[in-house]
Amino acid sequence: MTTDVSTNPAPDSVRDLDRVTIRFCGDSGDGMQLTGSQFTRTAAVFGNDIATLPDFPAEIRAPAGSLPGVSGFQISFSSNDIHTPGDAPDVLVAMNPAALKTNVNDLPPGGALIVNKDAFTAANLAKASYASDPLTDGSLSGWNVFEIPISTLNERSLDGLEMTSKQKDLTKNFFALGIMFWLYERSMEPTLRWVDSKFAGKPVFAEANKRALKAGYAFGETTEIFHHQQYRVKPAQLPAGTYRNITGNEATALGFVAASRLAKRDLFYGSYPITPASDILHQLSTYKSFGVRTFQAEDEIAAIGSAVGAAYGGAMGLTASSGPGIALKSEALGLAVMVELPLVVVDVQRAGPSTGMPTKNEQSDLLQVMFGRNGEAPVPIVAPATPTECFDYAIEAWRIALRHMTPVVYLSDAFLATGSEPWRIPEPADLPNIAVENWTAKETFHPYDRDPVTLARPWAVPGTPGLEHRIGGLEKADITGNVSYDPENHHRMTQLRAQKVAAVADDIPDLQVFGPSRGDLLVLGWGSTYGAIRSAVERLQQQGHSVAHAHLRHLNPFPRNTGDVLAAYRKVLIPEVNLGQLRLLIRGRYLVDAVGLNRVRGKPYRISEIEDAARLMLDPEGTAR
Amino acid sequence: MTDIAVAPGNGAAPLPVLTRKDFVSDQEVRWCPGCGDYSILANTQKVMPDFGYPRENIVFISGIGCSGRLPYYMNTYGFHTIHGRAPTLATGLKASRPELMVWVITGDGDALSIGGNHVLHSMRRNTDIKLVMFNNRIYGLTKGQASPTSELGKKTKSSPVGTIDQPLVPLSVAITAEATFVARTIDTYTEHIQDTLTAAGFHRGSTFVEVLQNCNIFNDGAWAPFREKDGRDDNVLLLKHGEPMIFGKDRDKGIRLRGFTPEVVQLGVDGVTEADLLVHDETAEDPTLAYILSRMWAPRFPVPLGVFRRVERPTHDQMLQGQIDDAIAAKGPGDLRGLLFGGETWQAG
Repeated sequence: MTTDVSTNPAPDSVRDLDRVTIRFCGDSGDGMQLTGSQFTRTAAVFGNDIATLPDFPAEIRAPAGSLPGVSGFQISFSSNDIHTPGDAPDVLVAMNPAALKTNVNDLPPGGALIVNKDAFTAANLAKASYASDPLTDGSLSGWNVFEIPISTLNERSLDGLEMTSKQKDLTKNFFALGIMFWLYERSMEPTLRWVDSKFAGKPVFAEANKRALKAGYAFGETTEIFHHQQYRVKPAQLPAGTYRNITGNEATALGFVAASRLAKRDLFYGSYPITPASDILHQLSTYKSFGVRTFQAEDEIAAIGSAVGAAYGGAMGLTASSGPGIALKSEALGLAVMVELPLVVVDVQRAGPSTGMPTKNEQSDLLQVMFGRNGEAPVPIVAPATPTECFDYAIEAWRIALRHMTPVVYLSDAFLATGSEPWRIPEPADLPNIAVENWTAKETFHPYDRDPVTLARPWAVPGTPGLEHRIGGLEKADITGNVSYDPENHHRMTQLRAQKVAAVADDIPDLQVFGPSRGDLLVLGWGSTYGAIRSAVERLQQQGHSVAHAHLRHLNPFPRNTGDVLAAYRKVLIPEVNLGQLRLLIRGRYLVDAVGLNRVRGKPYRISEIEDAARLMLDPEGTAR
Repeated sequence: MTDIAVAPGNGAAPLPVLTRKDFVSDQEVRWCPGCGDYSILANTQKVMPDFGYPRENIVFISGIGCSGRLPYYMNTYGFHTIHGRAPTLATGLKASRPELMVWVITGDGDALSIGGNHVLHSMRRNTDIKLVMFNNRIYGLTKGQASPTSELGKKTKSSPVGTIDQPLVPLSVAITAEATFVARTIDTYTEHIQDTLTAAGFHRGSTFVEVLQNCNIFNDGAWAPFREKDGRDDNVLLLKHGEPMIFGKDRDKGIRLRGFTPEVVQLGVDGVTEADLLVHDETAEDPTLAYILSRMWAPRFPVPLGVFRRVERPTHDQMLQGQIDDAIAAKGPGDLRGLLFGGETWQAG
């Protein structure tokens, strides 16, 4: 099995495909996330458009072979521009019975199913609650099944290496990856390079992983099982530029570093570990040479408290969490509203309530961040729609926070955070200037005086001579900022805080519409539903329907033209991965009878679900079918 | 205003010498008449010029409670935050602005109940904040509920038949939380509170000062035996670095250690001399002595006042800055374009 790949005969045929979706699934100890991300890198570097959906359990190592321990990674790669990781896989790679059981029903009839035959032991079948072996009982007859003894073949390819059987078994994911590389005519080079750098100090492991990968590749090439049939997905025609593959969390972290440079202020990141936001902390903690100060706080409250303290000192105070942590931060966020300091709070949403499903996706914190504080405490909210937009909106969040002297919430989610796509890297010179000045003028200083346009108060930081003053959570007298219990003053200040946030609407772009500017149906979304909505609307438009898509990136305040856009369509559909939170805001604000599509299953929408819901609204009788 | 002093950490920038009046803000002080907080405020303002910091580089951060109002009365930068969280804001401020002198003003409920976690962690990190906790053993601002330092069995509005919660000993908590400066003083003991606040202000690192403070409305007389001049000498032990632990109006009593247990002895009785007494060492690396002292309480013992512990460790902001300096020295200052275009890239179009 260690035949030199390059000397093998060329495959009999290569068939071109526009798009392929592969799902790798196995035990959470089988390295499926790594396998998927290696395939992703390879496809990205090759020039395909890609979209990915990692799906893993919250348990680090659930009992091996069990149903809850199944981890999956879906990647869609295409020669066209794609918006989602695919509704259903074309190929399912299942490394054990539990993975097969939990995933096979997502594979359409006739789809390719590659299974590690060696894992179908009596014990593993029992752990997956299979009464009989699906490989022999005929239950898989609807799919194109390839049974491959991956464990055995892989172990044989590692003969002579000084490793235990268990260590050898850990490399079988690379054997599977090798098969897929052959099947889709991919170069092994990026992964071989990665192995060399990853295992630089462990030559035996490096050798084992390289052998496993090459053995899988050679197996695909030499065996009759695939009839020497390969598939090719040509590079996509992406706009010209330099690209890299990036996840939402990576883009978020880079965006904040960029924002710090653009604002010419040091970034302070106070954070407490929480899934799925922790990667932002991990990444920012490596950017010390950019002056980024990271602080792993004792709890969520200390995380935001430290960020507010840093903001008070003139730094860019940043904190991030997920829903449960955001709940804990709400009092300090209210303080930031009261003292009117710039601050960015990231909420990487996950399925709730309470601990919920920590690694699964949901959009159910919109109302929490909109309203979840005591008193009238408005904050601007921005929400990127794709992993690459996470970069842009990290800068946008800071632009608003600094210019308007207000805390801003940045809503990401588990799908955006862990999903990836190619990112056309921007030139730093093309990024906006978001710098603001500290207040230093002694004669004209009043802590709660306001900019006539933005209503922002002056940012006078400790260390500035002559501006010594006191701020705090007690109500402020207008202009002077002294403590005030005056009833009329409280009413005025409450209005001012609301007007200040409302005025952000003058400073953000209009809501863009994809499709006809008026028509039968508008599909309105926000956040990570973007890809599925856009794809569904494209399909319906191709079928001749009068449908448009608009996607909100600013959720508070809404863009000025939002009401006009809504009024231009007979019907409005709002798909959300919650029970109708944006819909509540839209109906309340614009008196529009918007209809919801609301499913909360911890995963993103399939294109077809949105397409079906939209078609039902366009043609309730189904007469057009 | 003709003298000059040199500001610490600011090179040789000459500064006008400030006086107490320079630290008095224009806000009317609004504590209950007779409250111990007045004395703490006055003495804080009094010692502030000694540190040589320009006024604009001093920040007072407080939580919620009667103590929380103190920053409004200091003519420095001030931030009255939320209940229990002042150390967190101070941590972020100090981490990003190491040149500032940051004081945290808190109370027994604010620091040890709702904010207990933050006190623990700011102390163990050696965050360079000077935390001053006003301990009146009661919730004053909410009008008289039991606090985490209220004595067991205390009858309050929230415990009409007596508390059932064992109180915390604040300094024991601070010592075990790895604070590098731990001290106790009394609100109206002018000379002592000034000395203690001065020592706290000069310390670099996590500083925990407990001020025994009288709430004359809800818990009057809580500290009477140690607070009143009359009889105080017999009821308190003034800790002095390097000196034997002697107390009493006639300075005839002392503290001796038997195993790990302290005991009160009478000098000159049964052959006891000064040489038998414990000698205070506030700089001892081992916190055991400081901890033993923190457990001593009336009526069995005199209540120790003064600096229990004062040790040097790198501060949180120094270490954070050190990591940044090291990274810049190793890699050069961050290059944004290099960062964005780093990793595996490819060209399209």
